[in-house]
Amino acid sequence: MSFARDRSRALIPLLAATAILASAASLLFGPAQLSFAAIVDAFCGHGDPIVRDIILQLRLPRMALALLVGAMLGAGGAALQGYLRNPLAEPGVLGVSGMASLGAIVAIYWKLAESHAWLLPLFAIFGALVALAPLVALSSRSESPLTLILAGVALATLSGAGISLALNLAPNPFAAMEITTWLLGSLEDRTVHDVWIALPCIAVGLALMLWDGKALDALTLGEDSARALGADLRRVRLRLLAGIAIGVGGAVAVSGSIGFVGLIVPHLVRPLTDRSPSALLVPSALAGAVMLVAADLAVRLIPTAAPLKLGVLTAFLGVPIFVRHLLKERRLW
Amino acid sequence: MVTLAAEKLSVTLGGRLILDEIDLVLEPGRLIGLIGPNGAGKSTLARALLGLLPPGDGRVLIDGRDARELGPKGIAQRVAYLPQGQDIHWPISVERLVGLGRLPHLAPFSRLGRADRAAVRSVLEETETSHLAHRTATELSGGERARVMLARALATGAPGLVADEPLASLDPGHQIDVMALLAARARAGALVVAVLHDLSIAARYCDALVLLDQGRVRVAGRVEEVLTDQVLAGVYGVTAWRAEHDGASLIVPIAKAD
Repeated sequence: MSFARDRSRALIPLLAATAILASAASLLFGPAQLSFAAIVDAFCGHGDPIVRDIILQLRLPRMALALLVGAMLGAGGAALQGYLRNPLAEPGVLGVSGMASLGAIVAIYWKLAESHAWLLPLFAIFGALVALAPLVALSSRSESPLTLILAGVALATLSGAGISLALNLAPNPFAAMEITTWLLGSLEDRTVHDVWIALPCIAVGLALMLWDGKALDALTLGEDSARALGADLRRVRLRLLAGIAIGVGGAVAVSGSIGFVGLIVPHLVRPLTDRSPSALLVPSALAGAVMLVAADLAVRLIPTAAPLKLGVLTAFLGVPIFVRHLLKERRLW
Repeated sequence: MVTLAAEKLSVTLGGRLILDEIDLVLEPGRLIGLIGPNGAGKSTLARALLGLLPPGDGRVLIDGRDARELGPKGIAQRVAYLPQGQDIHWPISVERLVGLGRLPHLAPFSRLGRADRAAVRSVLEETETSHLAHRTATELSGGERARVMLARALATGAPGLVADEPLASLDPGHQIDVMALLAARARAGALVVAVLHDLSIAARYCDALVLLDQGRVRVAGRVEEVLTDQVLAGVYGVTAWRAEHDGASLIVPIAKAD
């Protein structure tokens, strides 16, 4: 008897290599035509200073953020799906990203983030927690995936309304113009400063989420069975809540709420693994990173009058997958 | 070897008293049938014995130690649990599903090793489900699923097993297979507690019976002490036809008792 794991073993290096290629492409292509040699020069500290600034101050932070945010959203989707036993669960769909956005907006437009830099991610993390707490409480009371999605719809709608309200009331007169950035997500004009906000949050978030792969596997059979298999679900729940809130909070604080990445990525990766929740975590992080770097490259290269928002692309990819799952999940109704 | 005991165990769920001062000692090497009418508290007792419910009062002892002290992993290594009609939430393969039974033995971040795989293979053979190993668990028939779930519980290698209706959705042939398997496990020194509804099967295979009624232990002991006409009428409200065949006793409910 062979324990089929060979495919997932090849999957991780393959995805990592793709992520490296996508990152290189992200540095190479953009509105300014740059050569590969120019990029190498910039990293080595010589070459045209303008080119160097374009690469190190504009493209590099953007690429790094796309990698980080994508990895977090991909793994966050995989972990949430495993914990909630629901292939439709995802930070965006469940309103977690939206609530984190709302937190970030309050911090930015009421000038709180100016006094202390860490207030921005902290507010976003708090927003994410506000959404996660009722979802997790609901999930242990009802095994119905539909209840959870409906609760997510309510939270997402509430956060959307809250974001509009907050930006309309904001003391900053230009705030209202940025509604789409926060609702759909964008990595335009991000700086190294943003990377330093997102990086620690996402690192902590990913570490906490990868911790509980085995408990997520055990949850395949429901909460009672998982506990009878030795999973300490109270701790699992705490770690997962904290991991997703911190990671998604940090990601959303710099990118707005980019939807559906956590839905699309596990959906695409699952058939390439043994379909257990733990096998999905690392590949989803890598594939999420690849996907967001590629999507960000696409919005830069697709010629439109105003630059496209990232969330536009991910929604066009994600909604069909969402609907497909809904139709397949007969137990939903 | 493992001993399970309940001391003045009471459980209240949703404001209702489900278990009322249960006192039980379940010794290893025996197959114990947990019987009783619907709503008697059988499943609740099964879950409480595994420490899955916070006991309102009293305590559960596993090998003489309070279940709460042992913690989830300590309990999992001693007693396996086969719940009733559980969902399989992801389309994983049968061998992967049965492999979940090895989780209590795995260190964090480690994978199934050689010994774990051997254990999985051996329980697949024991439950005659080796041919299903590569099937997708969510696509099995009810009977196949029930046997695979039993394999999953046995894969833990725990000396105790609490099985909640292990015969549900099995055909007569497979019911006999499963009961023979559980009895053989008990012969080999395991403690097996099975929630059962079929009185003939309970009478034939179990070493002892515990009859629950309205959250209390009505009678516990040897089969002939428990399944008397008086008890059947009093607890189930039925009269039964009895017979012996090749040393196996048959107890078939015939009519409602007056």
